[in-house]
Amino acid sequence: MTAMDSLTPVLLTPVVTAVLLLLIPGNLRVVLRSVAILGSALTAWTAIGLFARFQPGQVGLQFESLVPWVTVGPLKLAYHVGADGLNIGLILVTGLVGLAAVLVSWNIERHVKLFYVLLMLIIAGAMGAFASLDLVLFYFFNELALVPTFIMIGVWGRGEDRNWAAFKITLYLTLGALTALVGLVALHGAAGADSLDVTVLQRHLAAHPLPAAAQLWIFPLVVFGFAVLVGLFPFHSWAPIGYAAAPTATAMMHAGILKKAGLYAILRVAVPLMPEGASRWLPLVAVLAIGNLLHCAWVALRQKDMNLLIGNSSLAHMGFAFLGIASLTVIGVTGTVLLMVAHALLAGLSFALSGYLETQTGTLDMTRMGGLLRRMPFYGTALVMGFMAGCGLPGFANFAGEATILFGSWKSLPWLVVIAAWSGLVIGAVAMLRALRAVLQGPERPEFARVADAGHWRRLPFVVLLAAMVLFGVAPGILTSRIEPAAKVVVAAHLPSPPAAAAAPASAQPAGTPAQPGH
Amino acid sequence: MNYSLITLEFLAALLGLAVLVADLWVPSTARRALGLGLAAALSCLLALAVGSLAPQSGSAFSGMFVVDDLARYFKGFFLFAGLAVVLMAVEFAPKFGAGLSEFFSLTVFAMVGMLCAASANDLALLFVSLELVTVTFYVLNSFQRTRLASLEAGVKYLILGGVSSAFMVFGIALVFGMANSTNFAVLAAKQKELAGSAVFLVGLLLILVGLGFKIAAVPLQMWAPDVYQGSPAPATAFLAIGSKAAGFVLLIRLFIGALPQVTAEWHRLFVVMSAATILYGSLCAIPQRNLKRLMGYSSIANAGYLLLGLVAASYTATSAGPTAMLVYLGGYAFTVLAAFAVISALANHVDGDDISALSGLGQRSPVLAAGLTAAIVSLAGIPPMAGFFGKVLLIQGVLAAAPGHPELYALIAVAVVGVVLSLYYYFGVIRAIYWGGQSANLSTIPVALPTRLLLGSCVVGMLVLGVFPQGLVKLADQAVAGLSHPAAAAPVKAAH
Repeated sequence: MTAMDSLTPVLLTPVVTAVLLLLIPGNLRVVLRSVAILGSALTAWTAIGLFARFQPGQVGLQFESLVPWVTVGPLKLAYHVGADGLNIGLILVTGLVGLAAVLVSWNIERHVKLFYVLLMLIIAGAMGAFASLDLVLFYFFNELALVPTFIMIGVWGRGEDRNWAAFKITLYLTLGALTALVGLVALHGAAGADSLDVTVLQRHLAAHPLPAAAQLWIFPLVVFGFAVLVGLFPFHSWAPIGYAAAPTATAMMHAGILKKAGLYAILRVAVPLMPEGASRWLPLVAVLAIGNLLHCAWVALRQKDMNLLIGNSSLAHMGFAFLGIASLTVIGVTGTVLLMVAHALLAGLSFALSGYLETQTGTLDMTRMGGLLRRMPFYGTALVMGFMAGCGLPGFANFAGEATILFGSWKSLPWLVVIAAWSGLVIGAVAMLRALRAVLQGPERPEFARVADAGHWRRLPFVVLLAAMVLFGVAPGILTSRIEPAAKVVVAAHLPSPPAAAAAPASAQPAGTPAQPGH
Repeated sequence: MNYSLITLEFLAALLGLAVLVADLWVPSTARRALGLGLAAALSCLLALAVGSLAPQSGSAFSGMFVVDDLARYFKGFFLFAGLAVVLMAVEFAPKFGAGLSEFFSLTVFAMVGMLCAASANDLALLFVSLELVTVTFYVLNSFQRTRLASLEAGVKYLILGGVSSAFMVFGIALVFGMANSTNFAVLAAKQKELAGSAVFLVGLLLILVGLGFKIAAVPLQMWAPDVYQGSPAPATAFLAIGSKAAGFVLLIRLFIGALPQVTAEWHRLFVVMSAATILYGSLCAIPQRNLKRLMGYSSIANAGYLLLGLVAASYTATSAGPTAMLVYLGGYAFTVLAAFAVISALANHVDGDDISALSGLGQRSPVLAAGLTAAIVSLAGIPPMAGFFGKVLLIQGVLAAAPGHPELYALIAVAVVGVVLSLYYYFGVIRAIYWGGQSANLSTIPVALPTRLLLGSCVVGMLVLGVFPQGLVKLADQAVAGLSHPAAAAPVKAAH
């Protein structure tokens, strides 16, 4: 395997960029910004290259690299990275949203060096989390983003509440991550494997399945721990407040990318490794997901602040993702991954748009806006496209994801859940359309006479994200052909008949696990 | 008898005396240069201790003094800590007024006590080396003679330290009365019969009281916050890392190495101690406004985390627990020293050591701000800093012993709660550094080269141990492997 076919460059680029930035004197703002843009563009380009070279339709890992890291007594940790359908799309959008996040940060004036170093660390942490196959490595990278988030909200954040928001987001994320970590270490102990490597655990558990009793108490630790990171109802209250207080780039990275790490871990670890725990606990997750779908959408409807609106509606979308996981079907899980990719782009775009609006109008209070479409035709169009994608308009990737999840859930979950999903969609659409009306239409306001549309370069982040959303919306097959084989592995134990093709060399799905009775 | 084993201690003591003598000829304006010279000499000693001239394994003074991998690990540890504290004292010097050379030489003497503690294989040497450490700290803590808080710290440490020493010496007497020996190897050989004797166990409990005072574990923690706050910053640093580690190496040697049976019987005691220490430290740290006092409570909480290793050792025979303790201490050294290097460097430029005094530090000195932030992140156990792996290993050690023992699950829950709580108070410091309050004074803070070097090496140490911990883990594994009894069996035969 050549160096080009490894995930290591895409992980290393943001880290190297951060180190380079550290070496540049803090008063050379233009140089700092140029290096950050180059570094993130290189990261995005590498990620695109990986996505293009990924062989669709194959089961198992690609771009794998494995280097021993630490051996402590019975525990072997390794730098083990690789991609399959679950994470290749996420790696791609991390690159794209990361680039967009750097591009929209042109208005940062204080502590420019610190800002870009921290942003690069967040990008590195997100990339690393998605690429990791060793669970301690995953945790390591995921936590790498924690301190930068805290400092960024505090130093460059908005509003009087940012102090409180910074603490709240940090404490919630840590509590969730630690709960999950205890669950992971317990999983390691109960499995009796000598590693927390997902592939090793899969192989080991295929030969010696975890006792059902152990699955029943470890599964909720892992799943609810990670679910806090995603903002599953009722552990969601940190998210809108945190995003409203965060600077634009941080909100984009967090709502768009880092939130998906929790979902990714649930799909990568909890569901495939503990099938009995999954069938026992996921119905509860589905019920809680209704909280996201109805409660958060309803709360979004009532918001006057645009960031709070986006934050709450993004939580509502997470309800769909949980629904797809809880369906335990190949279609549902495929849809979830598709939605994760689509929503990363959408959340990144939405926060980028609201951030730009604030630089122009000095406020995000939608009741004080109006008639801005005439002043900002390009921006207004991008906002309409973004918000329309947010309410599930066909042609955008979100529609593909949400529709797939609904098809998948229809088969295995009660009709109640699907009705709730639809009502979530309708409420979401009302919220988005009302916001568009308030911001773009109506009479022009004299105080916004000097508002300017985005110039050429400032259009770039919006264009990048919208293009990807449309591409995956028009041709979702690009993603689903890559996702589906991996989705089959995730729910292998729940398929009606034992999977015939256990031929995957590297992923070694738990073919030895007997099909669960009752599925 | 192999006197060459104590070369290191001998040279270090000589160095301390040399500083005292040199003080007679060095003009008072050049005292800081004397400190730098001492630091250079200590780095040579450190290079000797970890390099090819490391002391050979063996034992001297009728098995009272041993050199093994554990001792070597801690000797390097204490030498590095002593070196760092001397550098901090050089930076802190204007605050002392007079007597800088004495501070240097007392630091070295305390370090000699710690070096001996690392090799103590006998209750007598344990007591003597701990007393050497404690008595020097009486002076070090009250070294700012014109500052009331410093004197108060010295007196508090004196009284409570004296009481705990009394407990300990009484305990040693009881143990000697029952075992007819103070040698750890003899105690190890006789532990089966001794474990049934109430007097022996009471004696051992009193020794645990003395060691618990050193490491600031509940219920012997009450001195820590006051003393940490009042003492001069370099002395606090040495207390936080050197004195604590000396307590832990003796705990490991006596309770895990020599008397594993008694430890196994006392497992509930250790669980309660650990949980109470973590909770007390974390909860009481929340409302603190003074940075050094906060470090005092944080050091209590960290003693609780370290005790998790003892808990693990009391439940299983594997070496996971003590290995984790050693790894944790290794990372903790860099972390605490970095934090106190910043506190010492700030002492001359900000008023008091309240957390709010840090406001504007991000602008005033990016180097100090970054160093303190790195230390805080490591203390909170967040990757990529050293604290992360230490905590993972400690919790993993307990978890490995947990099946069938519900109290251990509760203990892990307590540890997790402690970590989350700790994030709140640690991140309050980060907030103060970068955006807390409005600082009237925004002048840049100059940072001297030695402090830069110290801070730089501590941050690099934290990063390296956080990202590539394998080397330290291997060292710790080796150090712990030589701990159990076959190695100690030889002197037993000689004694019979």
